[in-house]
Amino acid sequence: MAVMTTTRVGAHAAASQPARRRGGARTGASVAGYVGRTVLALFFLFPIVFMVVSSLKPDDQIFADLSSPKAFLPVGDISLDNYRAVFDTVPAGRFLVNSIVISLLTVAFGILVNSLAAFALSRMRWRGRGLVLTAVIATLVVPFETFALPLVWWVNKLPWLVVQNHQLLWSFGWLDSYRVQIIPFIANAFSIYLFYSYFSSIPKELDEAARVDGASWFRIYRSVVMPLSGPAVATVAILTFLAAWNQFLWPLMVVQSENRRPVMVGIQYFFQLNVAWGPMMAYATLITVPVLVLFLSFQRAFIGSIASSGVKG
Amino acid sequence: MNAVSEQIAVVSSGRTSPISRRGGLRRARRAEARSARAFVAPAVLLLLAFFFVPIALCFVLSFTNARLVSPEGPQFVGFDNFTRLFHDPLFLRSLRNTAYFGAVVVPLQSAFALLLALLINSRIRGVNVYRAVYFLPVVTSIVVVSILWTFMYQRDGLVNHMLQAVSFNVIQGADWLNNPSTAMPAIIFMSIWQAVGFHMVIWLAGLQTIPGDLYEAAELDGAGRWQRFRYVTWPGLRATRTFILVTITIAALSLFAQINIMTNGGPLNSTSTVVFQAVRAGYQQQQTAYASAISLVFFVIVLSVSLVQRYLTREKD
Repeated sequence: MAVMTTTRVGAHAAASQPARRRGGARTGASVAGYVGRTVLALFFLFPIVFMVVSSLKPDDQIFADLSSPKAFLPVGDISLDNYRAVFDTVPAGRFLVNSIVISLLTVAFGILVNSLAAFALSRMRWRGRGLVLTAVIATLVVPFETFALPLVWWVNKLPWLVVQNHQLLWSFGWLDSYRVQIIPFIANAFSIYLFYSYFSSIPKELDEAARVDGASWFRIYRSVVMPLSGPAVATVAILTFLAAWNQFLWPLMVVQSENRRPVMVGIQYFFQLNVAWGPMMAYATLITVPVLVLFLSFQRAFIGSIASSGVKG
Repeated sequence: MNAVSEQIAVVSSGRTSPISRRGGLRRARRAEARSARAFVAPAVLLLLAFFFVPIALCFVLSFTNARLVSPEGPQFVGFDNFTRLFHDPLFLRSLRNTAYFGAVVVPLQSAFALLLALLINSRIRGVNVYRAVYFLPVVTSIVVVSILWTFMYQRDGLVNHMLQAVSFNVIQGADWLNNPSTAMPAIIFMSIWQAVGFHMVIWLAGLQTIPGDLYEAAELDGAGRWQRFRYVTWPGLRATRTFILVTITIAALSLFAQINIMTNGGPLNSTSTVVFQAVRAGYQQQQTAYASAISLVFFVIVLSVSLVQRYLTREKD
């Protein structure tokens, strides 16, 4: 790592010369500034690079490379064997499909349900509005962990309609299903709050104009407010997707069978086997890449979403 | 829902004659309220079913002997669970561990995040790349991060090899996760590495709300770098500060995934936490009532800590 840093310094030192003449010391564009920022970047980057690189190497080479910079370089006996091993020993494809289904459904329903609620809270007049708004805001400070355990007991009692022998029947207990991983996370106080504050910035005159033209409230929601709320939709979609994809505690407790298990819980497979680090790094890379690709392609929106969560709070 | 809204559209289309306007308006109001309730109904019902009911259950079940699967219904047992809880050395140990984790993570992570935010709040070339890289661990799941660092923290793992390399073999490292005195610090270090980018972005959003002319004015008055931070930046971050403090604290007190994956509470219970104990009691041992009692204590702690923090950081006028 030390070697890499020094070469970077050289490159940036040259680049920052003109900036310095323009008063670069003030904007922080000094050599020291670049060195510091780059060292920090390496600090955040090295474990992830190590993970991806190790996923391409056989176990004995991973360990042999640990004591040299080769640990971070895809050199030597490089192959996709670890990935093949992952799909051979673990139903990884199934886990990925499960997580994709769960995350996308949670995002889709979440956007619809929370934006509708926020629309009524921010733009319509009705008795009980203040009460609902207060209740929603009050839920913001309670972490999921405080009621996760009673929730397990509760979902184990909930009814669901099933078709059995061409008859509609009630079945009880939601454990081990897709719905138990989706439905409890659709309504989200934070999403409602984000939509609420975004909608409040859209001028109400637009609604009034649409009302004069005879538009229904649902029509105003669908054709006036939502089309103007792209950034809020993106923010909620991103935050909901991240949370759903990274779910761990909840599916750990409510999902037992393999064919309903999401990616994060699937990783426990590797603990039961005699730990083979290569395949484990391959699996870790595999379940991280979809999110990393999303992040790198929508970087601005991603960071903007997180930022907006703080400014208003 | 559509039928309702169509009806409103007719009523409120504004084509009513002046005489019937008052009655029309009242009808429109009623219809508006009706569709508003229809719009919030799904969210309200879901929040009731999956937020308010479980919280109420947390209170109720902690005074019973409920089990996850049991032929009989739960019976009221008074304060038994709480008596047991506060005589349980493992729970008391977990409380201390959680407090230790929070006490270290909250100040370190918020300060480090602020430093990073200040570093990327400048208009130097490539600042977007730095920002994205610092943020990268945040989008990496804590599960993946925990596994990766478990590997790196091994006796002959990457961390020890790197320590040896940068110290010319002076530092030999430790068996980080298997030593009771290093396990928690190792988890703390990793947790900060993973989450600091999140709070960096929130600090950054706060920094960008501070008007640039304040800095120019301060500079005209001859304020140095530190003075500008002390008298312009710091006061400008008041609201952000409270938010950061409360969110980091809640996240720190909820510590679970890292423990579950990396140490299982060990070695010698040195990393067991409150949420870890709740999951162990409620899920592995199926003692829903006891787990609810732990959750209730946790709920009270989180709520009072964040209320105290809000009180201490309030606007003092």
